[in-house]
Amino acid sequence: MSTSKDTRRVPRLAVWKFASCDGCQLTLLDCEDELLSLAVKVEIAYFLEASSAVGRGPYDLSLVEGSITTPEDLERIQHVRRVSKHLVTIGACATAGGIQALRNFADVKEFASVVYARPDYVATLEHSTPISAHVPVDFELRGCPIDKRQLLEVISAFLAGRRPVVPPHSVCVECKARGNVCVMVAHGTPCLGPVTQAGCGALCPAFNRGCYGCFGPMERPNVGALNRQLRELGMSTPELVRVYRTFNATEEPFRQASERAEEAGGRE
Amino acid sequence: MTHKTIRVGGLSRVEGEGALTVRARDGRVTGLELRIYEPPRFFEALLRGRSHTEPPDITARICGICPVAYQMSACQAIESACGARVSGPLRDLRLLLYYGEWIESHALHVYLLHAPDFLGYESGIAMAADHRDLVERGLSLKKAGNALVAAIGGRPIHPVNVKVGGFYRVPTRRELAPAAERLRRAREVAVATVSWVAGFDFPDIEHDYRFLALSHPGEYAILSGSVATSDGEGFDVHEWPAHVTEEQVPHSTALHARLDGAAGYLVGPMARYSLNSAQLSALARQAAAEVSLGQYCRNPFRGIVVRAVEIVHACDEALRIIENYTEPDTPAVPVEPRAATGHGASEAPRGTLYHRYRIDADGLIAEADIVPPTSQNQARIETDLLHLIEPRLHLPKEELTALCERAIRNYDPCISCSAHFLDLHVDAQ
Repeated sequence: MSTSKDTRRVPRLAVWKFASCDGCQLTLLDCEDELLSLAVKVEIAYFLEASSAVGRGPYDLSLVEGSITTPEDLERIQHVRRVSKHLVTIGACATAGGIQALRNFADVKEFASVVYARPDYVATLEHSTPISAHVPVDFELRGCPIDKRQLLEVISAFLAGRRPVVPPHSVCVECKARGNVCVMVAHGTPCLGPVTQAGCGALCPAFNRGCYGCFGPMERPNVGALNRQLRELGMSTPELVRVYRTFNATEEPFRQASERAEEAGGRE
Repeated sequence: MTHKTIRVGGLSRVEGEGALTVRARDGRVTGLELRIYEPPRFFEALLRGRSHTEPPDITARICGICPVAYQMSACQAIESACGARVSGPLRDLRLLLYYGEWIESHALHVYLLHAPDFLGYESGIAMAADHRDLVERGLSLKKAGNALVAAIGGRPIHPVNVKVGGFYRVPTRRELAPAAERLRRAREVAVATVSWVAGFDFPDIEHDYRFLALSHPGEYAILSGSVATSDGEGFDVHEWPAHVTEEQVPHSTALHARLDGAAGYLVGPMARYSLNSAQLSALARQAAAEVSLGQYCRNPFRGIVVRAVEIVHACDEALRIIENYTEPDTPAVPVEPRAATGHGASEAPRGTLYHRYRIDADGLIAEADIVPPTSQNQARIETDLLHLIEPRLHLPKEELTALCERAIRNYDPCISCSAHFLDLHVDAQ
């Protein structure tokens, strides 16, 4: 045991929330076996979901969940960046705008009028945007929700001062590693696995279901080739548009795929 | 003339974001606002035009703490629109998945979010410095719930295996065996949890609540049932819109619900327990009796005891289902779309969660309505706070603020579900 009790040497962790479901920050509390040992290695200085203690910045590592959707949050994310040495975004909302970014393809005023009798009481931005659209981000951890093992890898890496090892390949690679039967080849089930980044452990195919892309696009996905396959399996144009417009709809390859499908549909 | 303002900004140990402002003058509370500033995400709007097969995956994203609740209410609403019925072993599997979520969510609230209030810690993690064994016990309980959700659903947060009509793949008996092993230990921990939390020091406060919860002839309602209230008037889930209306208040992005025109009814563990406690498992009833919980619970601070009793029940019932489990012949029943409106409700850990969908003949959603537990409880929480604060305005501001925060956490408010929550500001002038 170290004789030094200088608490300033313990890295300080902060967890921030913007527009989101809380699931990605909950992933930290879901590390039941690691949480208490982690709390010794880092000072959990700011984590409102878990603690009423509010330690002042600066923080060595900030984990940011959620997307930017309100005028206040535009300012708050600037504050978070200023008080954070490293800023890591966690989850599809923070890295891609999340499911609430479906407003980006619609009229947010019309959206608000559907939910609220007095939309004027509700302050909201036209688009839901990822954190990286507003401030420099040191690392983006994907997933809706993020994977617990990948979260622990990212925290460990930043504590050790190295880059996190998070594979950029597709879900197909994980499927092979897991020994899953290919649901698309064997059952004709439409699957986004070939264009989606790994990280979940190929969960959906393991449950006889096609991947629905909750980790967002892999590096350089061949979306065109997959779309031909999906059409051959009988997917209609509106189905193709919808399959890319879920939790990572604004990620460039997915956005392009849905817009191209829409255009093609318009020509039909 | 004395003025006092109390503000609690950035409420902690709740899921989501909210604040409370209280204004007082000459010993009377003149204004009290539970502000929910969770950014609105417009789920009911973005669901329009989606396929009837999509709400379980999309609405799960309303709440990372209780995604199964959203999936179950959504599935049942769509199935009722399409005239499909999930019964027998498939329904048992849904119950099993839901018990996993109750165990995980209740254990999180009891051990990490709520117990620190009674023992004087800022967090469960800080509590672990003095009570490591207790916190580890709570984490093991939570893990047992998560493991059960993952065994059936693939992962604890936003499970992938739920579909309208049932599941993509049903687990084998062998796949459930490790979850059962954990549940047997979890059940013992849950019984010990009841006696532990019942020993806390509870403020002597009772409210005359109007309770609302689902009620089911065959079980302590969780997955389905008809709507029961403490007024004695019940109704079917499809009659929900005629009884429950939502209105918008300027200070909140969560809508306020009214029951038959009157605001301030309560959903959640205390409502379920007070309406349905006779249907708890024998072990859960025994655990409640041993700590003299009684037939009703009207002290919101004792809600933690009710949650612990519900964990015993969930472990017990989950084990019963696993012991009797045989793989269903088919993982899902067919659900053919038709132009119709369907209603579904289930008991999320925090209370009754209602979904309504109008779908067209092609199976596309034309209209969606979601009434989460916290929007139903918000007005009642404000009333509770008023009764709590007014006689205690003389207390030092810090003490009063801390008490208000505790009172809000009693309800385990899940602010993220401000699909349509808190910072305490007491403006005591």
